[in-house]
Amino acid sequence: MPNNTLLKPTRPVGIIGYGAYVPRYRIPAREIARVWAGGKAALPVKEKAVPGLDEDVITMSIEAARNALARGQIQPSDLRAIWVGSESHPYAVKPTSTVVAEAIGAVPHVQAGDWEFACKAGTEAMVAAMGFVGSGMADYAMAIGMDTAQGKPGDALEYTAAAGGAAFIIGPAENSLATINCSYSYVTDTPDFWRREYQKYPEHGVRFTGEPAYFQHITSSSKTLMEELGTTAKDYQWAVFHQPNTKFPQRAAQMLGFTPEQIAPGLLVPVIGNTYSGASIIGLTAILDIAKPGDRILLASFGSGAGSDAFDITVTDKISVRAGLATKTQDYIARRIEIDYATYARYRGKITMK
Amino acid sequence: MEIPRHWRLKKQRYGLVGEVCPHCDYKIFPPRDVCPNCGDEAKDLFTFSGKGQVYSFTTIYEAPTGYDSSAPYTVALVKLDEGPIITAQLTDVEGSSVEIGMPVEMVTRKMRDDGDERGILVYSYKFRPSLLVPQAHHPAG
Repeated sequence: MPNNTLLKPTRPVGIIGYGAYVPRYRIPAREIARVWAGGKAALPVKEKAVPGLDEDVITMSIEAARNALARGQIQPSDLRAIWVGSESHPYAVKPTSTVVAEAIGAVPHVQAGDWEFACKAGTEAMVAAMGFVGSGMADYAMAIGMDTAQGKPGDALEYTAAAGGAAFIIGPAENSLATINCSYSYVTDTPDFWRREYQKYPEHGVRFTGEPAYFQHITSSSKTLMEELGTTAKDYQWAVFHQPNTKFPQRAAQMLGFTPEQIAPGLLVPVIGNTYSGASIIGLTAILDIAKPGDRILLASFGSGAGSDAFDITVTDKISVRAGLATKTQDYIARRIEIDYATYARYRGKITMK
Repeated sequence: MEIPRHWRLKKQRYGLVGEVCPHCDYKIFPPRDVCPNCGDEAKDLFTFSGKGQVYSFTTIYEAPTGYDSSAPYTVALVKLDEGPIITAQLTDVEGSSVEIGMPVEMVTRKMRDDGDERGILVYSYKFRPSLLVPQAHHPAG
C-alpha cells in the first residue's frame, strides 16, 4: 500500500453545522408489494419517504442547507463553495447548486457545482470540501447529498428508492461541532448499478450488487481507514454505513465488528428508505442529534460504479448547543403522512399524461 | 416563456427578500422602492423571517394554466410576523386542516414549469404549518 492513503488536510477541519431533510409522505413497502407481487414479496424496508408534487433535489437541498446554516451560526456569505451531490438533479444541464446558493443568500462570491457518483456523491463533495478548507483556500464550504431516487415500477428498487438527504458545512476544526480527523476512499470500476443518459429508471446487476460491489467496497474503505489509524470497532461510539436496505448495513457492521447498538441511531433505512446520495449522511445527522462531546463516529458511504468514502469523526463540546438549533432528523421522520400506490404514482410522475 | 421576469424576481421568491424603509422602519413586501407607509424612497433589502400566520385561505380546484398539475391546492393570505400580508400557496397541508390564525413558515418549493417539460423550473416561497420550534439544549450541569 502506498504512503499517505489517508486523506488528511494539513489544516485540521470539521463539521461546523449540519442539516437534514425528509419529505413527509410515506409509502409502506407492503403497499408496493400489494400492487406488484400479490402482497407476497420479502420487504427490504418498512416504508420509504416520497417527495410531494412541489419538491425536488433543489427544494430539499435548500431546506437542509438552511438547517446547516442555523446550526453553523455563520453567514451564508461566509461560504466559498456550495456543492450538491445527487443522481436526481432536476436539470440535465443547469446546476442545482446555483439555485441553492441563491436561495440561501450565498451568491455571488462562491464556488458552485453538482456532483454525481451514484449514492456517494454527497460524501465525495464532503471530501472535496475538506480539501478546500484544509488547504486554506476557503474557511467554509457546504457539501450536500440529496436525492429523489428513481425506481422502475415493480422492480426490487421501487421498494426502497426514496427521497431525503443532508447538508454539511465544513470549516476549521476549532469552530467545529465535530472534527473530521481524516477520510479514505476506495474505488474500482464495478458495474453493479447504472442509468444511461435519457433513461428514466436505473438498471442493476441483481445479486452482483452485494459481494463484489457494496460489501467489497464499504468493508475495504472502513477496514483500511481503521488499520491506518490503528483503531478497531471498539474505539467508536457510533457507526453509520450506506443503507440501500435494512440487511446490508447490518451485515457490513457485523463483518467489521460493530454491534447493533453502535449502528442503531443512524440506521434510518427501515423507516425512510434508501435516500441514495443522502443515505449514509442523513444517518450521520441522526447520530449527531444525540451525540455527546468526545463520541467517535465511523461514517462509510457507498456509491455504485463503485466506491466508498470512510470518515473518522470526533464530536466536540460545541454539539451541545448547536444540535438544538434546527429541526432534528427524527422530528422530520415523525412528520409522516401515509399514501397509497395511486397517490405515489401521481406524486412521482409515473402516470403518463400525454 | 418569461425568463427575464423569473430571473428578476428570484431573490424575493426564493428567500422572501423585501425591503425596509430607512425613514419609518416599515417592512415592505414585495419590494417596491417607495414606502407605502410614508411615501419616501426605500431601497434597503430586508430578509423576512418567514414566520407568520394564516389570515384567510381558499382551496383552488380549477387551477390556471401552469398550475393544473398540482390542483387541488390551498392559497392563503399570510400575515408575516413583520407586518405585510402576502398571497402564497400553502404546502404540506394534505391530510390536515387549515385554520385562520394557524402559524406557518416559509419554505422554498417548486411552483411550476415555465411552459412545458422543456422550460425552466420556477421556484418560489410557499408556507407550511410551522414545525415544532427547535429547543436549544444545554450541557448538563
